[in-house]
Amino acid sequence: MKTFEYTITDPVGIHARPAGILVKEIKKYASAVTVIKGEKSVNALKLMALMGMGIKQGDTVKVTVEGADEDTAAAAIEEFFKANF
Amino acid sequence: MISIQGKGVSTGVAIGPLYFYQRAKSTIRRYEVEDEQAEWNRFKDAQAKAVEQLGELAEKARAEAGDEAALLFETHQLMAEDLDYEEAIQGLIQDDKLNAEAAVTDTAAQFAEMFAAMDDAYMQARAADVKDVSSRIISILTGVVQGGIDSPVPIILAADDLAPSETVQLDKSKILGFVTEGGSGSSHTAILARTMGIPAIIGVGDQLKPEYEGREVIVDGSTGNVVVDADEATRTRLLAKQEEQRKMREMLEQLKGKPNETKDGQSIRVYCNIGGPDDVHAVLSNDGGGIGLFRSEFLYLNCDDYPSEDYQFEAYKQVLSDMDGKEVVIRTLDIGADKQIGYFNLPAEENPAMGNRALRICLNRPEVFHTQIRALYRASAFGKLGIMFPMVTSVWEVKEAKKMCERVKAELTAEGIPFAEDVEIGIMIETPAAAVMSDRLAREVDFFSCGTNDLTQYTLACDRQNADLGRFYNPHHPAVLRLLKMVCDNAHKQGIWVGICGELGADLELTETFLSIGIDELSVSPRSVLPLRQKIRETDVSAVREKVLGDLLSDENAL
Repeated sequence: MKTFEYTITDPVGIHARPAGILVKEIKKYASAVTVIKGEKSVNALKLMALMGMGIKQGDTVKVTVEGADEDTAAAAIEEFFKANF
Repeated sequence: MISIQGKGVSTGVAIGPLYFYQRAKSTIRRYEVEDEQAEWNRFKDAQAKAVEQLGELAEKARAEAGDEAALLFETHQLMAEDLDYEEAIQGLIQDDKLNAEAAVTDTAAQFAEMFAAMDDAYMQARAADVKDVSSRIISILTGVVQGGIDSPVPIILAADDLAPSETVQLDKSKILGFVTEGGSGSSHTAILARTMGIPAIIGVGDQLKPEYEGREVIVDGSTGNVVVDADEATRTRLLAKQEEQRKMREMLEQLKGKPNETKDGQSIRVYCNIGGPDDVHAVLSNDGGGIGLFRSEFLYLNCDDYPSEDYQFEAYKQVLSDMDGKEVVIRTLDIGADKQIGYFNLPAEENPAMGNRALRICLNRPEVFHTQIRALYRASAFGKLGIMFPMVTSVWEVKEAKKMCERVKAELTAEGIPFAEDVEIGIMIETPAAAVMSDRLAREVDFFSCGTNDLTQYTLACDRQNADLGRFYNPHHPAVLRLLKMVCDNAHKQGIWVGICGELGADLELTETFLSIGIDELSVSPRSVLPLRQKIRETDVSAVREKVLGDLLSDENAL
């Protein structure tokens, strides 16, 4: 399992459209991706649940990536967070 | 004539018959199904059809309004296929034997409620997206076609509020403008209206009556005014405004890419004021030459605790890289008791304008300052950075602030972290003290930027928020203009550049004055760039300089 932490810099946080692109990005990989904020964790393929976490600017989230392609997936997803959130 | 006031969210004037959006009303029947599996399949078919329709809408939106608009529908596709959403519907159909229409309705309400309950206006607005996606699936299930416009002539479209899917499906060639009863400036309707360049007015409430249907209305997106059955004078006035705006837009478009140069060949830089990374696209689309004032406060205002160095670094880096080598002047923290931030725990003050604020807080709290300066220098490796200190009154303050810069540079060098060697250091001239001492201050820095809002307020001892002081608060007061000239002369004697980043910079009545006294840069809101460029290009400084400089000293203006 691969893990990284990321602090949201986008002023609107993880909002609808970027969350939508995130789901698309994750669908490219076989690994299961989980986004964790505090005690809440969601499967990152679940768009509405992800939006429902209300992740805002300044929040630090932990992302876990687990599966056959976790090395490539984790690196790509971390890049995606940096570029979009 | 009936005049209605709303909030303009997309500018322009349009005239045409008022047309109320015809929304297909379907009453949702609710019944128990016998074959849950068949009902589930019926939902899955409708869902697939909805996803297909949304894909088509995304392509339509892409063609009409670009990728950003298309992304919205692609997000709606993902919502329609969302696992939790689907699971909730499945539960209602298979466990409760509920029909698909009712199951979708109930699930939509439940998800919309979740978004509506969030403490974030943006997320609250997403409740509308869930409902929009769901009503599409329901329409497919019930076979009711969504509404549209059935009019042979172009119209002003009225509605309670328009869902994004409704806006994009509309035949744009038929719409001259939008008026909605509800809505917000950040709703998709407002955004799409702006992208498509159609005037839109929201929040008119129940002032818009069904009996106005078919009557002639004029909407003015810049004032938020809607006029039904305008009298001749109003009609003439608004039509003239429409024509003027059309000509203006055409003319301004042609100014893109042209130099900010006067008739007699004097150049001045026109930069932009921004509040955060999101504003950069407005700077570039209006052809701003750089950023003359990036207010860094937003980073602090948006956080619940002191923003970390990394967090600030990312934001500064983003702006510097997006500006692609064009100059970016970032102003260090400018808050005080009037712009409170909870976690700073600043005690209330009798007189916040003259209190512990801006650079004073930074010098009193070096740890806060240190974090920001480090973030700035780290970001300097990604573009052309200028650092500007606000609210300076004395030379020692600038020396102390520069010491912090030297300390940070030494640290970064020791840690092997790259930074640019050519970062310019400047100060805001916004206190009379700084203006008077500008000959000495000019020896310490690379540039000055005059904050005319505060400079006027401090020079005239006038609070501009105080409505009773209207006639005392005169930003064209010769005292202010003479100070600006003095600052400009002192800067040039030391060979440094001087700009203006207050509201006065965009005041076209003063452009001749600024050019005559030799201001090097004007930093204005992005949408003021092209009008200002036009004014500059129309000016012949050699012809007006003598008179303008004389006016600063004239008896008439001293009255």
